[in-house]
Amino acid sequence: MQLTVWTYEGPPHVGAMRVATGMKGLHYVLHAPQGDTYADLLFTMIERRGERPPVTYTTFQARDLGTDTAELFQRAARDAYERFQPQAMIVGASCTAELIQDDPAGLALTMGLPCPIIALDLPSYSHKENWGAAETFYQIVRQLADKDRVAPPKDGRRPRANLLGPTALGFRHRDDIVEVTKLLADLGIDVNITAPMGSTPADIAGLGEADFNVLMYPEIGHEAARWLEKTFGQKYTKTVPIGVGATRAFVAEAAALAGLAMSADPNVDEGRMPWWSRSVDSTYLTGKRVFIFGDATHAIAAARIARDELGFEVVGLGCYNREFGRDIRAAAALYGIEPLITDDYLLVEEAIAAANCELVLGTQMERHIAKRLRLPCAVISAPVHVQDFPARHSPQMGFEGANVIFDTWVHPLVMGLEEHLLTMFRDDFEFSDANGASHLGHGSAPAAHVADVTDSPATEDVAATPEPAPAEGWSVDATRELMKIPFFVRGKAKRNTERYASEKGVAAISVETLYEAKAHYAR
Amino acid sequence: MSVALAPELPVEPPQESLPILRERGQREVFCGLTGIIWLHRKIQDAFFLVVGSRTCAHLLQSAAGVMVFAEPRFGTAIIEERDLAGLADANEELDKVVRQLLARRPEITLLFLVGSCPSEVIKLDLKRAAERLNGTHGGVRILNYSGSGIETTFTQGEDACLAALVPDMRTDAVDQLLIVGSLPDIVEDQFRRLFAEIGIARVETLPPRRAKQLPGVGAGTRFLLAQPFLGDTALALEARGAVHLPAMFPFGAEGTTQWLRAAAAEFGIDAAHFDAVVAPGRERAKKALARHAERLAGKSIFFMPDSQLEVPLARFLNNELGMELIEVGTPYLHRSHLAADLAALPAGVQVSEGQDVDKQLDRVRAARPDLTVCGLGLANPLEREGLSTKWAIELVFSPVHGYEQAGDLAELFARPLVRRDRLTV
Repeated sequence: MQLTVWTYEGPPHVGAMRVATGMKGLHYVLHAPQGDTYADLLFTMIERRGERPPVTYTTFQARDLGTDTAELFQRAARDAYERFQPQAMIVGASCTAELIQDDPAGLALTMGLPCPIIALDLPSYSHKENWGAAETFYQIVRQLADKDRVAPPKDGRRPRANLLGPTALGFRHRDDIVEVTKLLADLGIDVNITAPMGSTPADIAGLGEADFNVLMYPEIGHEAARWLEKTFGQKYTKTVPIGVGATRAFVAEAAALAGLAMSADPNVDEGRMPWWSRSVDSTYLTGKRVFIFGDATHAIAAARIARDELGFEVVGLGCYNREFGRDIRAAAALYGIEPLITDDYLLVEEAIAAANCELVLGTQMERHIAKRLRLPCAVISAPVHVQDFPARHSPQMGFEGANVIFDTWVHPLVMGLEEHLLTMFRDDFEFSDANGASHLGHGSAPAAHVADVTDSPATEDVAATPEPAPAEGWSVDATRELMKIPFFVRGKAKRNTERYASEKGVAAISVETLYEAKAHYAR
Repeated sequence: MSVALAPELPVEPPQESLPILRERGQREVFCGLTGIIWLHRKIQDAFFLVVGSRTCAHLLQSAAGVMVFAEPRFGTAIIEERDLAGLADANEELDKVVRQLLARRPEITLLFLVGSCPSEVIKLDLKRAAERLNGTHGGVRILNYSGSGIETTFTQGEDACLAALVPDMRTDAVDQLLIVGSLPDIVEDQFRRLFAEIGIARVETLPPRRAKQLPGVGAGTRFLLAQPFLGDTALALEARGAVHLPAMFPFGAEGTTQWLRAAAAEFGIDAAHFDAVVAPGRERAKKALARHAERLAGKSIFFMPDSQLEVPLARFLNNELGMELIEVGTPYLHRSHLAADLAALPAGVQVSEGQDVDKQLDRVRAARPDLTVCGLGLANPLEREGLSTKWAIELVFSPVHGYEQAGDLAELFARPLVRRDRLTV
């Protein structure tokens, strides 16, 4: 048993629902007790879907357990077929139904329903949402892809690719599809089928007619992509086009898989991000310490952007999906840091607090953690929240995605010019740095502890009072000097000085100690 | 001359005029675990540990609608594959989780082990686990109840939780009024002030705000139900000698008056004094309702089953605001507790119990009500079809009982209609 207060991923049948809800003409019959219908609201509320997810729950009760839950399942499956007339059905069990071992798959297969039945075996007590989505998509593809339908000879036609992985309730999947389709179109590549999102079971039959596959979300599409490679010889892209560098690499990879010669066209529109990052206002971004956590694909992409495209320093990198632990370990090695692979948000919170970072890139949970720690934050990954479905086009992938990312990540930080003004005017009698940064809103923070959550109450008071009370171990002069340091780096200066003092065995911190520490930790 | 209030005996609803449609099929209703979301806010030193699956944990965080801002006082001991191998092992695992939890949350004085569908199916005996663990963690009291979807719907979880508290109530024969059912603190305080003015000296609440304030119970205890979903709790209290005071539920000016009156009558309060005490609140409520009645009168409403508050709310909306009832669906109908509200429903109204959601949605589409009360899974799909909806869950989370909230309660139903009128996009 594992004590869990909050979980990054739902159970695997929710992954199956994400696949089914993204598709059209597919229906999911789920053997489940009352209450499991809660999952519908994820789609109708968070994603604001105007249709119910295509799921029928059998809703068995305790009194059914002694009698015939199997019959209940068959009736639900028959009613669902008659009412919704799907092209295909997926059938499976939620966690409780798994325990009563009714074998929904076997039951459905013997019913002679006039559509393909895809049986799902999603072990709830050992697997989670992303795995469930990947397994469901793989089973659908394996069962419905028509092995006789293969890519026709090339003579003169445009190359075509499938886009694999987007589902309902995905982080910006809706908009990423648009961007990737456009990127490919600019290269002269057509999209054959996008799946699961937007496809029907009938579409899935034609997956083999593409020349190659674009694996947009490895967490969901990897199993299916591997099977398609084995069955149809379709290669798939290994680069996820999030960020300018990754998008360039993706374009080269896609062109190679399509058999297109890449011309070095200087007029390719790579968006504004590269110049926005090089322009002088962005100088202040240099070396900002950033902590990154999310699903492995988004976290790894974010780390690359952070270091190579914004000039940040990656001080933390982790993911909640263990299945991709190897990838995150390899990425963390590039940045010389220890990866954090956990689905316990309390451990993530500890790591963020200890990382002394200036920006957090994470999921909605890290957004809450950052709020508690008074750190700027941007969301880069599922699990999603209603805010992650903006009305405007807001992709992560492609060059437009890079533009969106620049804005989204930089906005929470103190603006470059504002940062300088704070330093210049901090001694002005009308200015109190206890007000904190303007963009964080009123009453947001006596920001003395921006980077140091372990500040004692005594030091918090320091920020607001004209004559600071000395912190423990600090001389009055040193405390006064500390207060002259801009608030957004003060926490770090204080912490570094204290660490230096303790390492050197200095009992009372003087102004001298402060500057010795500064020199010691200068980067 | 002073006249003692006569208790108004509830009229049994004439069975033939109230045909009840019973349906079985897919239910779009939460399970009893969901009650934890408001119960953990109400009893501030209690922790709710669900013994269940990842689905249970995901349900709680999703139904709460928001992510946790602080570490909440509920959690899930997620059963894993290796726990399913053997029961002895599962018990040891549970003990370990409880130890971990109580070490991290030393301020907790009451721990509920909450059963779920999987724990019921594998027959993990949480009652025995609670007995075993009691006394091993200092002063922490450990109780259990089931919030499983195979046994409870949505608000029944609170019933199971409160029923589990009853055996822990000390025996006390003192004359007292017990208000049963969790209410927001502000509403509870209003009722306490009213009862004090009415002249009922001793008023207690179940659940208490802190576990240590659990009231006593005995032959002198008379209790009012503040919520219509507390069948098992009422039985448990009656078994301890307490007497239930049947009444309309305290929604709106009339419901609140009748509810207060049931207690006043039992405690022999003078009629004129009672009327004088409740008059200002009752008038304020009527005034607040009048504003919304303009918009709501004559509008039709359809209740999908959700919180078991449907019957008293339908009574309120029909009698006090003039709304037309198309169907009053409820997951479970407690006829005797709801007798007064049922009797006040207009003759021939369709009451339904249980659910086959697809068939019920067909009826909604055919009737095209002005307002449909439903769960969050159905609201946007119905809105997309051009039907205004009211999320049922807001009715259990918001302060809606009593005189001072009568206007707010009406406003919850009026808001979707106001919004529809305002928007031009």
